Amino acid sequence: MVMGSLNQEVETVVIGSGPGGYVAALRLADLGHEVVLIEERERPGGTCLLEGCIPSKSLINAVEIGEAARHAHRMGLSFGELKVDHVKLREWTEGVVQTLSDGVKGLLAKRDVEVIHARARFEDSNTLSLDGGGTVSFQHCIIATGSSLNRLPEGIDPSVWSSADALKLPEVPGSLLVVGGGYIGLEMSLVYAGLGTEVSIVEFFPRLLMGADYDLVDVMVKQVTSRMHEVMTESKVVSITPLGDAFDVVIEHDGKTIEKRYDRVLVAIGRRPNSEDLGLENTGVVVDDRGVIATNRECRTAEPNIYAIGDVANGPMLAHKASREGKIAAESIAGHKVEFDNRAIPAVVFTDPEISWCGLTERHAEETGVAIKVGKFPLSALGRARAIGRTEGFVKIICEPETDLILGMGIVGPHASELISEGALAIEMGATLADLTDTIHPHPTLSEAIMEAAEVAAGTAVHLHAPRR
Amino acid sequence: MFEFKLPDLGEGIHEGEILKWHALPGDIVEEDAPLVDVETDKAAVTIPSPRGGAVVSVAGEVGDVVETGQVLVVIDDGVAVEAPAKRIETQPNSAIIGRPVPAAPATRRLARELGVDINTLSGTGPSGRVTPDDVRASADGVLPAATSASPMPARSDDVAAVTRMAANVSNTIPFLDLDPMPDFSKHGEVEIEPLRSIRRKVARKMTTSMVLVPHVAHMDDADVTELEEFRVRMKERRQGQPGGKLTLLSFVIRAITAGLRAAPAFNASLDPFKEEIIYKKYYNIGFAADTGHGLVVPVIKGTDVKSINEISAEIEDKAALAREGKLPIDDMQGGTFTITNVGPLGGTALIPTINYPEVAILGMGRVQEKPVVRDGQIVIRKILPLTLAFDHRVADGADAARFVSELVRNLSDPNLLLLDT
Repeated sequence: MVMGSLNQEVETVVIGSGPGGYVAALRLADLGHEVVLIEERERPGGTCLLEGCIPSKSLINAVEIGEAARHAHRMGLSFGELKVDHVKLREWTEGVVQTLSDGVKGLLAKRDVEVIHARARFEDSNTLSLDGGGTVSFQHCIIATGSSLNRLPEGIDPSVWSSADALKLPEVPGSLLVVGGGYIGLEMSLVYAGLGTEVSIVEFFPRLLMGADYDLVDVMVKQVTSRMHEVMTESKVVSITPLGDAFDVVIEHDGKTIEKRYDRVLVAIGRRPNSEDLGLENTGVVVDDRGVIATNRECRTAEPNIYAIGDVANGPMLAHKASREGKIAAESIAGHKVEFDNRAIPAVVFTDPEISWCGLTERHAEETGVAIKVGKFPLSALGRARAIGRTEGFVKIICEPETDLILGMGIVGPHASELISEGALAIEMGATLADLTDTIHPHPTLSEAIMEAAEVAAGTAVHLHAPRR
Repeated sequence: MFEFKLPDLGEGIHEGEILKWHALPGDIVEEDAPLVDVETDKAAVTIPSPRGGAVVSVAGEVGDVVETGQVLVVIDDGVAVEAPAKRIETQPNSAIIGRPVPAAPATRRLARELGVDINTLSGTGPSGRVTPDDVRASADGVLPAATSASPMPARSDDVAAVTRMAANVSNTIPFLDLDPMPDFSKHGEVEIEPLRSIRRKVARKMTTSMVLVPHVAHMDDADVTELEEFRVRMKERRQGQPGGKLTLLSFVIRAITAGLRAAPAFNASLDPFKEEIIYKKYYNIGFAADTGHGLVVPVIKGTDVKSINEISAEIEDKAALAREGKLPIDDMQGGTFTITNVGPLGGTALIPTINYPEVAILGMGRVQEKPVVRDGQIVIRKILPLTLAFDHRVADGADAARFVSELVRNLSDPNLLLLDT
């Protein structure tokens, strides 16, 4: 191959092999399209698989086993002191990632999707140049380049961890300061706390996990705080000074400036879309000032033959939203009449207990003046929750008062991430309370809480004390 | 660069089929030089180039359908234009929360596929949930509401959709059994031609007419022996002058106009939605013309104030324009009565279909010499068979009998025609 001279012509090219890009490529291949997938990294899978959802969940699961073992003494089981071999845990996590990434590679190979490992840049709206030389001209393109961790502010020492660094489990520090109380910061805090680190959290806003309904967050915060050394809200990190084996951190808290020393500092302050250095200025693609690519409901950008999906496009940065968009973009390219018309994109936080919600939140209803009826069922009244000793949490259902149409659902408690799918289905189907109350839910399971919350909203619950008349 | 969009070609015309490109990409066109021939539902027209310059691109190939407002050709006239900044409207792709129309994802998908805006529907399911049946009813329900649109959904290659539509339409009329077409190619070689332009328009109009109008046909023979003698004599004298052909049709138009003045019901239209009969105080007689590229009905306007000569001249002009595909749209609109004269091509009698929304149509058969009885004697006379097909909602058999008898009387005697009309 003569570098720089190769020009490949393809029907459709997908840039990025994350949960948006690889799904789009597979779907296109199944629809009979010739697809080329361009991926910068060695392995397919994107942030989600390589340094996000998958490794973090495998770590979280491990520490939750430890946590469960610690609490088992109430049930008469004792295990003695927890021993952590973080190298083995890291290998386990890497094994999970490797297996899944190989799985994606296999799916692509089976469908004859050609994968080019390079960085692509738009020359114009029908041509990409590759950093290794050569160009790809295409009829359709799907931009699925995802997002990156926000850069640390200027002057911060590179030995400060990002969440990607922390996921690699380089060590189990004695103390750790986590800057940022969003979902990434909280999940990582719990991982390290579970491994034995003394963890402190600093959050700029008055609350952790801004964005979720407060009643859900409050239950989680109460549990999480008990495992943390300290949680400082309305606080700001002024400076981080590396000392070689530790960091001196100056924090503004409660109007006072305090100085603390931590072995490690982790900064988890959000992500930004990967729309820079793509050569988008050579196309008609419109990018807003936050770097988000504007798309329509077909996932088409302002340039009709170029699509954008996942984190680089507008909407929440979630793998499952990217995958759905990947299918839509692929089918749209194949000429199907498709659009992103979803009413519920479930949001899930893998804290302990987990939080999940979808559709309308109480906060949004309040802000927009939408009249709602809420039914809430506490796990403390549920047989299964008692049996597993996990009674903290509840399920709430938000519905339209006159019609009982289900508009939103929120869950805090064990397995909230699994349970929320029923809420998403109910909202997408246009289900009413009666649809949930009249569906038999297996006993004894946590899923009964959904049926019970619907009963509460409908005023027909028998497992709570009768409401005052 | 100049983007030339398909201009508005007349009332109710939204698209045209490309018949011929006079200039292709790379060619230089002059301003006002012929650019493209486009055939609409009503006529074929030659569209001149509004600018001079090099043709950069054209909208499609011969046979493609372009819509009004669609860019037809791009002409490099040396003037640069700014590229449109934004070609696709974009909007945030977050979940729709709050209160969208309740409908299952599969139902929403169905609505998109059938081209139904689900947000405009009120569902019959619990709490107003839109059901698949609601969507299908909406997709098929254009039938009673639309007056100008086709009663059938747009062309479809989707066999399932056609079957569904056929089943739905079948349900509306007892015993109506509408199935998708069988695969004719199973039984031998076939050639498939898309139904377009004039052919499609005729299909729509005739189906509408036959379905909506209770047709009655009233037949009679006119003895045109004397009229023909007179006509041939006059024709020889007027040789070479405008209208010199002096066809029988021009006399019939004159006679029909007189008849319509006496019987306004045959110059009317019925509005089934408002339940009104509209009597027209003007007389615009259309005549069916076989142009070689489809049936066109040029309209002679104000036949009550035109001489037979003038009518004859106009028939010649308009028939010629129609054959060339250059008849202006305006000359095909506003008719109040139509005559179809297939006689010269043969046939003893015919039952024409009313040119909806007119009330009646006259079919002229072939003039033939026939033995007839006059004053107890068998004589040879020139006989013109006539059929009046009329809308029984507006007129009755007796009205038609009187109308046709008067017509026959006028055509039998050129003196009467000249005196009485």
